[in-house]
Amino acid sequence: MVDVQDSVKLAQNPHPRATPATAAVLRWRDDVAFDGPVVAFADFGGDSNAAAVRVDPADDARALVPHLARLRLIEVSFPKYRDGRGYSAARILREAGYTGELRAAGDVLVDQINFMRRVGFDSFAPAKPLNPDDVAAALARFPHVYQKAADAAAPVWALRHG
Amino acid sequence: MYRYDQYDQALVDARVDEFRDQVKRRLAHEITEDQFKPLRLMNGLYLQLHAYMLRVAIPYGTLSGTQMRILGGIARKYDRGYGHFTTRQNIQYNWIKLEQAPDLLAELAAVEMHAIQTSGNCIRNISSDQFAGSAADEVADPRPYAELLRQWSSFHPEFSFLPRKFKIAVTASDHDRAAVKLHDIGLQLHRNAAGELGFRVFVGGGMGRTPFIAPVIREFIPVSQYLSYCEAILRVYNRYGRRDNIYKARIKILVHEIGAEEFTRQVEAEWALLEPLALDAPTAEYERIKAQFAPPAYDAAAPDSIDRSDPDFAVWVDHNVAAHKVPGYAIATISLKPVGGIPGDASAEQMELIADLAAKYSFDEIRVTHSQNLVLADVRKDQLHALWSALAAADLATPNLDLVTDIIACPGLDYCALANARSIPVAQSIAVRFANLDRQHDIGELKIKISGCINACGHHHAGHIGILGVDRKGEESYQLSLGGSGAEDTSLAKILGPGFSEEGVVDAVEKVIEAYRALRLNPQERFLDAYRRVGAEPFKEAVYG
Repeated sequence: MVDVQDSVKLAQNPHPRATPATAAVLRWRDDVAFDGPVVAFADFGGDSNAAAVRVDPADDARALVPHLARLRLIEVSFPKYRDGRGYSAARILREAGYTGELRAAGDVLVDQINFMRRVGFDSFAPAKPLNPDDVAAALARFPHVYQKAADAAAPVWALRHG
Repeated sequence: MYRYDQYDQALVDARVDEFRDQVKRRLAHEITEDQFKPLRLMNGLYLQLHAYMLRVAIPYGTLSGTQMRILGGIARKYDRGYGHFTTRQNIQYNWIKLEQAPDLLAELAAVEMHAIQTSGNCIRNISSDQFAGSAADEVADPRPYAELLRQWSSFHPEFSFLPRKFKIAVTASDHDRAAVKLHDIGLQLHRNAAGELGFRVFVGGGMGRTPFIAPVIREFIPVSQYLSYCEAILRVYNRYGRRDNIYKARIKILVHEIGAEEFTRQVEAEWALLEPLALDAPTAEYERIKAQFAPPAYDAAAPDSIDRSDPDFAVWVDHNVAAHKVPGYAIATISLKPVGGIPGDASAEQMELIADLAAKYSFDEIRVTHSQNLVLADVRKDQLHALWSALAAADLATPNLDLVTDIIACPGLDYCALANARSIPVAQSIAVRFANLDRQHDIGELKIKISGCINACGHHHAGHIGILGVDRKGEESYQLSLGGSGAEDTSLAKILGPGFSEEGVVDAVEKVIEAYRALRLNPQERFLDAYRRVGAEPFKEAVYG
């Protein structure tokens, strides 16, 4: 179900930050991608009508919880892959019931994509393009998981006692 | 002990395949060293001063004779005939070739072992009491809980890019053999007033350049909920731990900066949200794991006395044998601290011998201690002499447990890329200086711990006598600290005064020890107790006066 949009289409995306550095977005969603403006977290007031917001590592994703119903896209930025705060942000949003698009943007590497899928990301805007075959291989690599997360995978303890 | 099922095996095998593919890409120059570094670190492979170092996980320090035999074989085949047991109850090999690492990992996987998460900013190998399951003073065997933690923390999607590494220790008795208060999370199993099992939760301990003793953040979390509680702790840390300065990134700094009370409030608030999500493994899973730690088939007819007629053997029994919960059995510690040796090192032949002895005398099981020794935890008292004889023939029966020559030392500048000074030669010089066993026994319990840099892998903060090697204008210099403890009476050692040369620090240690012998109330008063009674002054006087 990987839907790789091409960079030409992305160039029309008004989001000012992702466009120049982003080669392609990988999506695991069937709905139409949100095409409107993505506002910075600091500008996302409770009275804003924005349907998309960007969360940087230091932003408190939980502050978005009262507004999830009107959000269609939440973009979580990864300025450096080593900064793992975005993983918690994603899982918090999914645990709070967010079902819209959750995008990991920035320093997103193929070796992290499996973990990112597990915490709830369903689209990716890597700064450097990823080879879709490598992505597919990385996602298929591990046959089981040891713990619950934001995905549907049953941990091995559930399989053992299912 | 725990045995893998199809799921555990499939995951470890998949990891070997993944790493084989990554190494292939690196050797073909398809990826750069910069890109490869985080991948190899996720598999315990460090690039050190002279070669790659591989750290293999020994979960909670427990391994089978079969696994030990393979570790010995790996030392011979892939290293220069040695392995180095660490303060994290793991084993390290110092001379690994990158192109051979995938085969090495495949050999480990074949005996249910791995190097997953032995480095990197993730949850590391879970450590525990080396006497677990056999200790007379434990409320329950902590290892099933440690194994559940191992599984929960393996490939954890949210906590693989933490601010810094994360270490969890589990124990089950008031006598702390796992230094739980010096870990990121320390879990002490105990019973509440209602008789239910749960954990006392310590958070924010650690050594390194800023040592802290962990405060208790929760007196009791039921065993059915400790995993989700840990999840809450890790989430608070992952979100709010400092990332601006690598030296301030451990959880101890967060706990210290916001205070234990505020940290606790945040964890409780997070846990209130996580608790309803049913993240904890069910009781059935705990029972499945616990069944694999069922007590071995002890012989109820085993005689409960030891023939002490051989005087050398009796000395070893007095120092290296501990009480077992089952009559007729004992816990034997194998010292990896022969005088003049490298603390924690074992040769391939020694590992293979210990594997044989474990099969013959201790239900095929071995433990690694955080003080870099090995333990056979279930030995019949009437077989202790035969065991001792076999150990003595391989230079493995040094009767020095917890004595002045039972020194913890990090690899230091001989191996480690981070070190400022050598640790091993200092440990060797001190051991040689105090080689006389009668003198060691007269001095009594005295734990010397040596680190070759401020990262404190040699636990110098927790040494009764701690030694820290530093670089002073291009020269190795050694600082002496006194009064630390990693046991239930945890304390941090305090620097005594100006540093010394390598030879000077050995002299200073001797002066400290002679001062202690002169001022102790009686031979039963340990060095640590004497220091706590009189303070640093008499020792300063003896060393610098």
